[in-house]
Amino acid sequence: MNETLERLQHHFDVSDITVRKPGLTTLRVGKESAEILIRELRDREGYTHLNFITCIDYIEDGIFTLVYMLHNYDNQQTLGVHVDIDREQPDMTSIHTLWAQAWPYQRELREMYGIRFPGSPRLDEDFCLEGWDQIPPMRREFDTKKFSEERFGHREGRHSEVPRVHMKMELYPKRGGDEE
Amino acid sequence: MIKTLGTEDTLENAGLTAEEQQLFSNARPQAYEPYPIKAVEDFANWARANSLWILAFGTGCGAIELRPLMTARFDANRFGVAGRPTPRQSSVFVIGGYASVKTLKRIIRSYEQMQGPKFVIALGICPVNGGMYFDSYNTINRFDQYIPVDLYITGCMPRPEVLVAGIMELQKKIKAGRCDGANRYVENFDWYKTNQKKVIKNWDMPDYNW
Repeated sequence: MNETLERLQHHFDVSDITVRKPGLTTLRVGKESAEILIRELRDREGYTHLNFITCIDYIEDGIFTLVYMLHNYDNQQTLGVHVDIDREQPDMTSIHTLWAQAWPYQRELREMYGIRFPGSPRLDEDFCLEGWDQIPPMRREFDTKKFSEERFGHREGRHSEVPRVHMKMELYPKRGGDEE
Repeated sequence: MIKTLGTEDTLENAGLTAEEQQLFSNARPQAYEPYPIKAVEDFANWARANSLWILAFGTGCGAIELRPLMTARFDANRFGVAGRPTPRQSSVFVIGGYASVKTLKRIIRSYEQMQGPKFVIALGICPVNGGMYFDSYNTINRFDQYIPVDLYITGCMPRPEVLVAGIMELQKKIKAGRCDGANRYVENFDWYKTNQKKVIKNWDMPDYNW
């Protein structure tokens, strides 16, 4: 594992190497060299399995962090490659040429976060959200409760005849019957 | 004699292309009228109540409760309940819990393809008020806005015992002739369609799929 990381540090601009727990290490790499680094990991270092691709929305810093989780069956090590991309121009090199199963992940990321992966197959087809007309729902500026109430409506709770609940509402109406 | 329909009696089918509009009917659904003789209608209701065929369409997590219902322990065949593979042959639609918008489109399509008399059981709390998905961007909150519901079974998740109790309750309602969900759907057809199209934005199917 350490030899792999040394070789990577020699060739790429990797930073933030963190051992999260035994068997799980993460590192951060620039957007431009990410695809070459992942290719290197797959072909030379034995990280032949793509566990998943996911995304974290750091709205305060204005970035999306893509996480490529790779696994090495020879030494049972998992390596997370973090790639920061700009939130205003979210696009990333597609890796469906490395692993064929990468394209559904990328299609989902396009739908849920609006990240573009040029060249990825069937990228613009609807995945879960058919006919979606809002901003991508997993972005943190999307107010899901407000949207749900506007589009799907809201049903009021039943009126309670229980004396305890009734008296709480009588005594503490401003706090919605909450004693505390 | 073939009844000719005026323009006000037909559906627009605006979601279809001009070529597809030739392939689908644009007739409105028609309400079921009971037999004029009450004894005949009662006999028909008794027969309907004892041959409830459930559509095998697991629309949510509650579909998992239909498996023990059909197998040895709870054995819903005692009540004349059987699973059917296609909407054309089934008379009961069990909405198993939450319905996402994508699933709702398939639910509407399947429900309209079911031949009357047809009944809907809404299972779990999610069809009532959204349940734990009350703030989800993709699951509806009030199911009765889109499809008329004959019987609610609340809980998260209801056990198969409750489902058996619900089926017995549905049988009582059918025998009493109080399950008029399909007729409500026909009478308030425009209201239901407006609600459905408010949620389903890519409406690319006929307005009434039968």
